[in-house]
Amino acid sequence: MNWRTFAALLARDAHVVRRNAVQLFLQTFLQPLMFVFIFGRVMVRSGYMPPAYKALLLPGIMAISMIFTGIWAVAMPLIAEFQWTREIEDRLLAPIGNAWLAVEKVLAGTIQALVAGLVVIPLAWLLLRPVDISIHAPLPFATMTLLVAALSACGGLALGCSVDQQHIGLMFSMVLTPMIFFGCTYYPWSALNAFPVLQKIVLVNPLVYASEGLRGTLAPQFPHLPVTAAAAVLLGVDLLVLAAGLHRFRNKAVS
Amino acid sequence: MPIGVRIRDLRKVYVSSPPSAAQASGSSLIGTPGPRGTSKAEVVALGGISLDIEAGEIFGLLGPNGAGKSTTVGILTTRVRPTAGRAWIGDHDVWEDQVAVRRLIGVVPQRPNLDFALTAREILTFHGAYFGLSSAAREARATALLEEFRIADRADQMVRGFSGGMMQRLSIARALMHDPTVLFLDEPSAGLDPQTRLLLWDIVRDYNRQGKTIVITTHNMEEADALCHRVAILDHGRVIALGTPAALKASIPGGYLLRLRFAKHTPDLLARLQALPGVREVRPQDTTGAHIYADRGGSLIPEVASLAVAGGAELLDVHISEPSLENLFLHHTGRSLRD
Ligand SMILES: Nc1ncnc2c1ncn2[C@@H]1O[C@H](COP(=O)(O)OP(=O)(O)O)[C@@H](O)[C@H]1O
Ligand SMILES: [Mg+2]
Repeated sequence: MNWRTFAALLARDAHVVRRNAVQLFLQTFLQPLMFVFIFGRVMVRSGYMPPAYKALLLPGIMAISMIFTGIWAVAMPLIAEFQWTREIEDRLLAPIGNAWLAVEKVLAGTIQALVAGLVVIPLAWLLLRPVDISIHAPLPFATMTLLVAALSACGGLALGCSVDQQHIGLMFSMVLTPMIFFGCTYYPWSALNAFPVLQKIVLVNPLVYASEGLRGTLAPQFPHLPVTAAAAVLLGVDLLVLAAGLHRFRNKAVS
Repeated sequence: MPIGVRIRDLRKVYVSSPPSAAQASGSSLIGTPGPRGTSKAEVVALGGISLDIEAGEIFGLLGPNGAGKSTTVGILTTRVRPTAGRAWIGDHDVWEDQVAVRRLIGVVPQRPNLDFALTAREILTFHGAYFGLSSAAREARATALLEEFRIADRADQMVRGFSGGMMQRLSIARALMHDPTVLFLDEPSAGLDPQTRLLLWDIVRDYNRQGKTIVITTHNMEEADALCHRVAILDHGRVIALGTPAALKASIPGGYLLRLRFAKHTPDLLARLQALPGVREVRPQDTTGAHIYADRGGSLIPEVASLAVAGGAELLDVHISEPSLENLFLHHTGRSLRD
């Protein structure tokens, strides 16, 4: 392991993010904020939704923003650079093991997802005021946020090394959209009590643990899965997805 | 201190289909039944090559498209996994000791792979940073290289809009950023205008004079001839000839090549051609053509023509070429380099 090279790779990604900051900001926050506005403000003000829904919605929106950001940040450049432009080759010739480049991508994606998650909270709070959320347990909240951010970046690595350029649309419509809708983002897991089979099936979706875990730390007044259990599952999934992603990356990095 | 490159029994079999940019020509395709009965194409890109590239020489890998040049460079630069055999840069095994190898080498790939998210200057400075150059050192070196490669006026633009030639120059500048001991250039002059090509040759020679080993691939025999101390000729993943350009050219019988075409030739005519003074070898090409390797060129023509008249075989076409690597390739493979 060669820290100087690792730091330089990270600096390169930071530089590129800074250059595209405005575009990334719009891409990350426009959709969740519109969602927050319509469902949290329009629907609530007009009486179709109870005011309590605002606090229920926010952790889910935070999870979506983070997952979307991390996957986008890691998967999209990998797909393009491996299959089309080969831009990544220069970094694959840097004096560091190939797997460390993947680790660097995951770290950069995790940081971006963290920033996205932490920016959504104040933005949504501004739109939804007053909203009944609080970070009363900072450590569990920080842990959950970190695990969710890592999930998104590891998922981005695995997807980025598995999906073809021409299947990016399919990745979003067949993988990410169902994950978001069946990920307990817009409703708590307990809302599925009336659909017992579905309630069991969605447990394979890691986003369920992300939303429920964040809900448990931000708005514990709603029913939610135990935070510790959600964190444990996420940790397991993170490691599994990271291992799978690294394996795919190492195979793809050489021909 | 300059270091050399050692290659032993290197084999490479690709099982995936080649990326769209790599052309599949002149390599053997073997259909093997894959899992579930589907057939997966195996391409033998290298059939077991061994070479010693001396420390401090300019070594050329010459061969037609698909000969395995890029695959050889890919293995030596840690980008392609060898199927069998080994290779070393100095004392470092290219597969086992990748990080140490990468510190020693600079690579100009066949296809430009510049980082489109960066400006020309940033491409150089970040590359320097990957190799641990200090901030001041990489800024200074980037400025010098941008100047030398005539990119200074567009140094702070994104490279997406650069012409092919500019991208190629920047690629070479990038490879030199960390002052590599062994420099690999994969078809560096393809797509360069003649003027830039001469600039490239000067740069390669200068860099070599600083005690650096240079491995260059080309399918252009003039380039190999002009630039390389030694050349290996590759075909179908095998080394078919190795030596200095001069020694290689001298190894062709005669050196001159006369390509003749008759209305139809006869064994008797071929025997008479063989008997002409200065003729070393006559090779019939189907029923109308003949290749003559000889010590002299134009002065043979009248004699060939009168033999043809006497034998009743009308002479339709004559082509004379002087001693060259092209002739050498033709002699060894029966095919032209340009095919
Ligand atoms: N990544 C790849 N996957 C499958 N086949 C490949 C790949 N790269 C090259 N090949 C094949 O290997 C052979 C040798 O290619 P290459 O080394 O690129 O030759 P050259 O550089 O001499 O033109 C060709 O038949 C080519 O199609
Ligand atoms: Mg090639």
